[in-house]
Amino acid sequence: MIEAVSQIPLSWFLIVAAALFSIGLYGVLARRNAVAMLMSVELMLNAVNINLIAFWRYIDPLQPTGVAWAIFVLTVAAAEAAVGLALIISIYRQRDSVIAEELDVLKY
Amino acid sequence: MQIIFIIVSAVTLLSGIMVVTNRNLFHAALYMMLSFLGVAGLYVLLDAGFMAAAQLLVYIGAISILVIFAIMMTRRLMQTTETPYNSQWVWSGIASVSVFALIVLVITQVTAVLPTDPNAFMAPSAINDAVLYDALSNMVISLGESFVSAEQYVLPFILSSVLLLVALVGAIIVARPDVEENES
Amino acid sequence: MNLGELLNSLLNLQLFEYIRSVYGSTPTVELLLDVAGVVVVSTFALLIVILLIWLERKIIARMQDRIGPNRVGGRYGLLQTVADVLKLLTKEMITPSGADWLAYNLAPFLIVMTALMMWAVMPFAPGLIGVDLNVAVFYVLSISSVSVVSLLLAGWGSNNKYALLGAFRSVAQLVSYEVPMVISLIVPIILARTMSMEGIVQAQTLPFVLMVPLAAFVFFVSAVAETGRTPFDLLEAESEIVAGFHVEYGGMKFGMFFLAEFVSTLFMAGFFSTVFLGGYRLVFFELIFTGFVTPPLIGLVVFFIKMFLMYFVFVWLRATLPRVRIDQMLDLNWKFFVPVSLALVLAVAVLDQFVADAGLLVRTGVHLVSNVVIFFLSLEVLRRFAQRQRYITEEIAIAPKPGPVFDGTAGASATAHD
Repeated sequence: MIEAVSQIPLSWFLIVAAALFSIGLYGVLARRNAVAMLMSVELMLNAVNINLIAFWRYIDPLQPTGVAWAIFVLTVAAAEAAVGLALIISIYRQRDSVIAEELDVLKY
Repeated sequence: MQIIFIIVSAVTLLSGIMVVTNRNLFHAALYMMLSFLGVAGLYVLLDAGFMAAAQLLVYIGAISILVIFAIMMTRRLMQTTETPYNSQWVWSGIASVSVFALIVLVITQVTAVLPTDPNAFMAPSAINDAVLYDALSNMVISLGESFVSAEQYVLPFILSSVLLLVALVGAIIVARPDVEENES
Repeated sequence: MNLGELLNSLLNLQLFEYIRSVYGSTPTVELLLDVAGVVVVSTFALLIVILLIWLERKIIARMQDRIGPNRVGGRYGLLQTVADVLKLLTKEMITPSGADWLAYNLAPFLIVMTALMMWAVMPFAPGLIGVDLNVAVFYVLSISSVSVVSLLLAGWGSNNKYALLGAFRSVAQLVSYEVPMVISLIVPIILARTMSMEGIVQAQTLPFVLMVPLAAFVFFVSAVAETGRTPFDLLEAESEIVAGFHVEYGGMKFGMFFLAEFVSTLFMAGFFSTVFLGGYRLVFFELIFTGFVTPPLIGLVVFFIKMFLMYFVFVWLRATLPRVRIDQMLDLNWKFFVPVSLALVLAVAVLDQFVADAGLLVRTGVHLVSNVVIFFLSLEVLRRFAQRQRYITEEIAIAPKPGPVFDGTAGASATAHD
């Protein structure tokens, strides 16, 4: 149980989380489809959670602080996914499109 | 252990890349599940079994299903052969790579000056293996107590339940078809 | 190596400990033992399906006054299932044209995998358990929620709109019934103060089914719905709508869905007997002769008897009850099970604060009384509701109001229009 953490430095977890975050960032900025953007946001939230859990485990594993906040992130992610997808479906009903660039009524 | 870590994180990151580059949205959602599974594996390596199970239940069992439902409901545009990217994809690539480089730079700079001992940052009382093992196996209990104790997280806990309720009601209201319009 | 010690360790189901004591606890030995454990448990779960299918066909045949399989393998048709499996194996592996290759072929594997993964935390006998996770119940729930994904994969990957509709219905049912299942499982967790399976078994000096029969009932019905068996098999309903989400599957790929259904049904029977019936413990025997601890081998037998009894109840239901309609299925879930189980969790959590240290009989009595009260209160509410419903329909039937009549067809056309 304790083996893994004693053999792997904390920075490895942080670098993996950073890479996952950057991948998600790229997805949010570059994808056209709103659902795909939402999926990328979920990846970014996961990266944040990896960081939270890693810091919890390496710094203060006696208190449940890190896990508790990771669970709150999880809750917010679930709420965000539900509302976001509901918005996307509603937009699709009205505009027949889920391409983020084409939803530009407010520009004019 | 290090090999397991490298395999798990490689699966996570490669499937993450597939999520943002795959042309077929449904396949992207499948790769997203694989990526979530990899993150759950990382949690197991970090001795957070409860988080790993929660990750499976919430992300794979609920959020991915929701995403797949949304993809199926908006699927008329799925079969298009045009590029999945918008015009700023080059700049986004540069931006995200530079963010990654910046974070890695910070991490390496910081770890270079810190001691290499894995227990270096650990709270002093947690260095004893027996204490640590005990705390980790009773993590679920202390987590549950922290959610309901007034000194710790009872307020965020209640707030998050209110948030879930609001999201539930809001999602239903936003996504339901307009009933009155149809009847008139 | 000592034959006597080996036999003794076999009798106490301590074979792994014996091997460790002989060869030492080196990483190689541990790895080999882990692999051996996985192979044994999953082979057991896969092979017992052959027996289960035969048992189910025989029992249902007897209940319907037939004989059942009686040709292949002697008078009792013992090898009928083997012949069926051979037939499925010799069929051609087809991937329909236009299907999503990845999703179509991944789904059967994923569903069997999830059905097998749940067995990892099942305590067969004292000490005979894959891993005694401290979040075992939660683990089972999360794995069973992953199996929903494979239904969506199958429905989507088949490139068939009926399969997709079937998958939507299946997911609606499974996701809905997950809610009362989770909530009713919280009750034994509160009573045992742990989520580990061993801990829950150890906490049951009296089986929890005597303490909280209503929670056991809600969990049992949700488990039936979760495995998609009669009376909740409207997803597949072979006599009405062919198959649902696996309509495009044939040969062994179909066989794997079938296999997963049986494996997870048996798991649910075992899970129920662990969480509510005291698992491998000879509970009343232990209560009469104080200090008696169930020995491992007897525990194994006791567990199997309980598990197969529960499985018999599953089969019995299938032979007895008619299929429910989809609106009845959803109504039963959201309007009855979810409120009742929420009230139950509240009552048990509050009451157990007061009676946790008050002795076994008092504790059992208090919980039993609160369960019965909640059950009759909810029945009363339901009765009032049904009465009012009936009253309204009768009133409309006697004196139809002027204006447009909203009967079923008008509503159906309105929804079909948008």
